[in-house]
Formats: sequence, C-alpha cells, structure tokens
Amino acid sequence: MMQANTLTIEDTTETQNGTVLSVQDLRVWFELRRWGFGHAGSVRAVDGVSFDLGYGEAVAVVGESGCGKSTLMKAILGLHLPTEGDIVFEDTAISTLGSRRMQWYRSHVGYVQQDPFGALPPFFTVGRILEEPLIINGIKSSTERQERIRRALTEVKLTPVEEVTVKFPHMLSGGQQQRVVIARAMILQPKMIVADEPVSMLDASIRVEILKLMRALQLSHNLAVIYITHDLSTVRYFAERIFVMYAGQVVEKALVDDLLANPSHPYTHALLAATSDPDAANAETFREVPPGEPPSLVHPPTGCRFHPRCSHAISGLCDTQEPPEFDIETAHLSKCWLHR
Amino acid sequence: MAQDTLLRINDLKLYFRTASGVVQAVDDVHFELAHDEAVVVIGESGCGKSSLAKAVLRLLPRNVHTYSGQVFLNGTDVMKLSDEAFRRQVRWVNMSLVPQAAMNALNPVMRVGDQVAEPMMVHYDVNRERALEQARRMFEHVGVPLDFMQRYAFELSGGMRQRVAIAMSLVTAPALIILDEPTSALDVLTQANIMNMLKRIKQEMETSFILITHDIATSSELADKVAVMYAGQIVEVGDAARFFTEPLHPYSRKLMASVPRLRGDAEPEFITGQPPSLVGLPPGCRFASRCPARFDRCDENPPVVADDGREVRCWLYDHGDLSTPIQNETEMEQVQTE
Ligand SMILES: Nc1ncnc2c1ncn2[C@@H]1O[C@H](COP(=O)(O)OP(=O)(O)OP(=O)(O)O)[C@@H](O)[C@H]1O
Ligand SMILES: Nc1ncnc2c1ncn2[C@@H]1O[C@H](COP(=O)(O)OP(=O)(O)OP(=O)(O)O)[C@@H](O)[C@H]1O
Ligand SMILES: [Mg+2]
Ligand SMILES: [Mg+2]
Repeated sequence: MMQANTLTIEDTTETQNGTVLSVQDLRVWFELRRWGFGHAGSVRAVDGVSFDLGYGEAVAVVGESGCGKSTLMKAILGLHLPTEGDIVFEDTAISTLGSRRMQWYRSHVGYVQQDPFGALPPFFTVGRILEEPLIINGIKSSTERQERIRRALTEVKLTPVEEVTVKFPHMLSGGQQQRVVIARAMILQPKMIVADEPVSMLDASIRVEILKLMRALQLSHNLAVIYITHDLSTVRYFAERIFVMYAGQVVEKALVDDLLANPSHPYTHALLAATSDPDAANAETFREVPPGEPPSLVHPPTGCRFHPRCSHAISGLCDTQEPPEFDIETAHLSKCWLHR
Repeated sequence: MAQDTLLRINDLKLYFRTASGVVQAVDDVHFELAHDEAVVVIGESGCGKSSLAKAVLRLLPRNVHTYSGQVFLNGTDVMKLSDEAFRRQVRWVNMSLVPQAAMNALNPVMRVGDQVAEPMMVHYDVNRERALEQARRMFEHVGVPLDFMQRYAFELSGGMRQRVAIAMSLVTAPALIILDEPTSALDVLTQANIMNMLKRIKQEMETSFILITHDIATSSELADKVAVMYAGQIVEVGDAARFFTEPLHPYSRKLMASVPRLRGDAEPEFITGQPPSLVGLPPGCRFASRCPARFDRCDENPPVVADDGREVRCWLYDHGDLSTPIQNETEMEQVQTE
C-alpha cells in the first residue's frame, strides 16, 4: 500500500492492513435544556454515520459549520458517548472501555485541534508540553523521553531542538505553534490522528506547508488520518477519500478524485460550485448558491435533509422518505434518490 | 464617468511606537482607485493590511509614531483636513469601513435595525423614522429579511451578522467602502453568498471597494484591480485580468503558487522563510531574503517601475519593461555594474 516517502525516519510501527476504525450507525444527540417538565428535544448533531477507515488511510470530512464534524470527531476520541451505534478501534468498541483502557486508546489516537493558540498551555515550555504525555503513559527513562521529544520536533521541522524546547508557546508564530501541536499528537506514535480544521486559523501562506508536513508524516508512519475541513480546495492534496457531511449525516462518500471528477449529491455540487479558484473571470459572474440555510438539527426535515434547498427534489419522495446510500461507482456512495 | 479617479494615495505612512521600536506598518504606500472600481489588497498576516485601512480612514491608535502622506478623495487631499472636518465630511459620508471581525463586534443590546440606522442619524442629522427607512433599504440590498431588523445580533447566524455589518457601512451611501477580511470566518456557501451580494451592490449602487483579505481565491470574485502588500509596502499593483494570469513580482508569483486550487492539478508550493520584522528594517528589498531571483542590487531599495498600467517594486524590472524581467546572468551583471 502506502510507502514511506522522502522523510527518513526510523519507523517503529509495522505496516498493517485492514480496518483500524469502524464507525457503525453512530448517533450523537445532545439533549436540550429542559424548562419545567417534558422533553424539549435533542440536537441530532451526528445522526446515523457509518464508515470504515483503513490503516494508513487519510479521509477528509467536509461540510458547513454546524453539520456535526467536530461532534463526530469528539465521539471518535471518546469525548462524547454515542447515543446509539458503535465506534470500534482494532476490534475494541470504545464505549466499553473503562478509564484505564480509555487512556490506552487515547495513546493510539493523536488529536490536532483547530486553534493552536488555545491548544497549548501558556505557562509550559514546549519541552514540558511534549514530555507530559510521555510521563502520563509511563515512559520512566528521562533519556528516552528526551530522545522522543527530539525526534518529534525534528519530524515537524522545529529545530534546533535545544532552542525550541525552552520556549513558551507565545514566543512561537501560529505555524510553529501548530507544529508543536502536531508533534504532541505524534509523540506517542499513534496509529490514527484526528485533525479538526488543523490549518483554518493559520495564515493562508503557511497552510500548505502544514498540510504537506502532515501528509508526509501520514505516509511515512502509515498513519490513519481523519482530516476535518470546510475548505474543499485543500482536500485533494491531503486525503485519498472524502466524506461530505450535511446536517448530521454523511451524504456522499468517494475517493477524492472520483468526487471531484464525478460529484453526485446535489449538496456536493453546491459546495464545489461555491468554491473559487483565483481567476479574474470570477468577477464577471455570480456564483450559484442553493437558497436557504442548513436546517435545525432539533427538527431536521423529513425525507432527505437537503430537500428544502435542492432544485432536483422529487416531491412525494425526497420530502417524505430518507434516501439510503446508493452505489454510483466502486467505492462511491451517494445518499440521494436521484440515483435510485 | 466610471473612469475618473476617486481615490489617490501617495507616500502614505503609518508607523507605530512600541516597546521594541518603531513598527513600519504602512510604508510609502501609493495606489489609485477609480469610481465604481474594486481593488483587493492581498498579503500575509501582519503585512499591514488592516493598518492601511486605518490610515486611509484616519482611525488611529494612541501609539502613532508617524502618520503622513496624501490621500486625495475626488481631488481633495483629505489628509489636510482637521480631525473634526474629516469626521464630518469624510468618514461614513464618503468612505466607510467594515472592520476585521465586524460581525462579532455588533452591539449586543441594540436591535440590528437601529444599529444600521444609527450612522444616518449621526452623520446626516435625520430623524429616526427616516434613518430606519434608509436602513430598511440597506437590509434589502444585503439580503437580510426585514423582520430581522427587530432582532439582536446573537439571534443571527454569522453570515447574517456580516450582512448587517455591511448594511451599516452602506447606509450613508458612501462612494467607497473598505472591507477588512469580510468572509474569512465564514463557510464556503456563505462566502459565495456575501461575494454575490457585494457584486450586486457594486452594480446597483456604483460603490467602489477596497477589499482586504488573505484569501486570494475569494478575492478574485470582486477584483478589478489587485494590490499585493508585503512587509508594509505595496510591491505590485495591476488589473486583475493580467495579475491572476501572470503576476510580476517574485513575491506575487510565490503567493499565487501557494494557493490550493480545486480545479487543475498544480501542486501548491509554500514560501520558505518568514516575512521580516517591521521594526528596524534594513534598507533594500524586504522580500530579498526569501526571493529566488535575488541579486546584489536587492540590497538597495528597489525602484517602483510603472509600465502599461501596472506597477512593480522590484530590481528585476529596472530597465522599465514589465513584459520581461531581467533573466540571464549577464544582464544581471550589467545591472550590477551600471
Ligand atoms: N455539547 C453540546 N451540546 C449541545 N449542542 C451541541 C454540543 N456540541 C455541539 N452541539 C451542536 O451540534 C451541532 C453540530 O456541532 P459541531 O460542532 O459538531 O459542528 P461542526 O460541523 O464542527 O461545525 P464548525 O464547522 O462550525 O466547527 C451544532 O448545532 C452545535 O450547536
Ligand atoms: N496599534 C498598534 N501598535 C503597534 N503595532 C501595531 C499596531 N497595530 C498593528 N501593529 C503591527 O503592525 C503590523 C501590521 O499589522 P496589521 O494588523 O495591519 O496587519 P494585517 O496585514 O492586517 O494582518 P492580519 O492579516 O493578521 O489581519 C503588525 O506587525 C502588527 O503587530
Ligand atoms: Mg467544528
Ligand atoms: Mg488585518
């Protein structure tokens, strides 16, 4: 499958095949605050999501603000309990894990969050920040810890290591801080990394650099990666597969190249049509945008959740029955009645 | 009519005093803007884009070290006006600003309709009725339902709040609106909606725009003209059509090559190194340390070369012809020994 590329790093994880993570009909609902008696309803932030992720595979999850991307990711990290469904990591359902085993699980799953400025504790040096997870996970030898820190910082290209480890986060630029966050996510040599909008807070000019760095680490360590973003234009440089999310559900799953060449779901079409490339001709025309806004997740529309905004909606079908996933081509699924 | 100059900026400087020295945030900036034209100012974080907006609108912090240059608005140098006269005759009336993160800066305890009406009452001294009527028209222009006028900011989505902020800048019917990162925090669909709206306003109201952003792809949705800012200076200005197909300055080229694209298969590249600190800048080209085409001359301040409606601040074009940069080494040597 994937081969280690340019970066020459000794790799301790042997290459594995098969499924590292399996998400099965996952639902994460948040109960609304109750006023008096009765049930006010729930926010169905993730509502019936299923997929398998292979070892070493990078998948991008795209969709508008509020569609449930972060909730999905937090459930995978074990931070939200599933309301229904299962998340299985290497044959273990994570909802069954006690707190000790949960720590074992978390050591195998790195986390890169959106906002590097809030992710790092301000009064710890970089060295201390990276040492913490090693101590917690029982690496007793100080020389080994220092060696691992040195290796992680070298991998994210933060050198000279001696100068970086004594710095506090505020002494680093946004891009450098995000490298520290990535180094921290990598330091326990996880099998999987979840990155929630890892570059959206960074200046456009350093986004590409950070994404390329993450891609190189993913390939050289055979990491599985879930990359959450709302920026479609970065996806193909980073992931093999893509999931398009709308209102708590995945509406299209495909290889990135297939999705770009042959988009299927009307919502995917809308996202693609709204994404600009730099071109002076853009100023001459208006972009096509579907009317309305994403629906309430407390009372989502019946049938297909996109039908109120969809120009292809078939009345009597799309507005009443939820579409299943239809096969478009190999490994390309679309949750849309147009493909029945 | 559409062609005459609305705004002409010459040698504009805005320096700040800080503990570590003087920050040269805006340094010798000059460019022009015609009526009914949109210029986008692009550049990396910290290059001085917001400071440029503040300098044009004279919205200055306390720690100003230097503020000088000329800003001609319809032929009048407004830098010469007193603060009072500037406030009465220029800000809002002729030029208004949608500040960076404006959508999060709306007054939380005032209905958004009243907020949009307020500049009318302050600057045109009209009664509340008339101001609200004008506000209603603006809500229609920016595509916010009229019943939203009664709401508070927290009851609106991010996209709707940004539209309200834009409606507020439009209400006094200024000839020029400066938008500082109007879509950076928004989703693609909302972004596309806002850009569509700005295009429509440009057509319907013949407003001119200065759009400040680091999102280059989105900037092309509105741009008639592009100005590239680097370390406090404008390093290139030109029409959008030629800029987006063939940028001239080495920094502009690198910047364009760093944009990830949805279509086509160019791999984005990143620019190695970092921009210089704006404190204690040495003489010479500010991009030189990151520039692949650097040569000896770059240690001196580069000239601004103007040709055929485009301008570049770079030694590569010192021979005056923007269609060909100096390419081979003999030419470079000639330049060096001149
Ligand atoms: N702890 C919570 N309690 C109640 N509702 C929540 C909670 N967390 C998220 N939600 C709601 O669930 C929905 C999905 O939120 P989520 O943060 O997953 O979206 P997202 O796709 O990550 O959006 P963004 O792109 O803005 O980060 C939203 O309507 C949000 O308000
Ligand atoms: N009031 C101030 N006092 C001192 N320095 C300032 C002040 N305002 C801005 N600066 C500095 O001036 C430089 C330019 O800042 P400015 O906000 O104009 O950049 P920008 O291009 O708008 O950046 P961004 O894309 O991050 O918004 C920065 O180095 C900034 O730290
Ligand atoms: Mg999120
Ligand atoms: Mg700014």
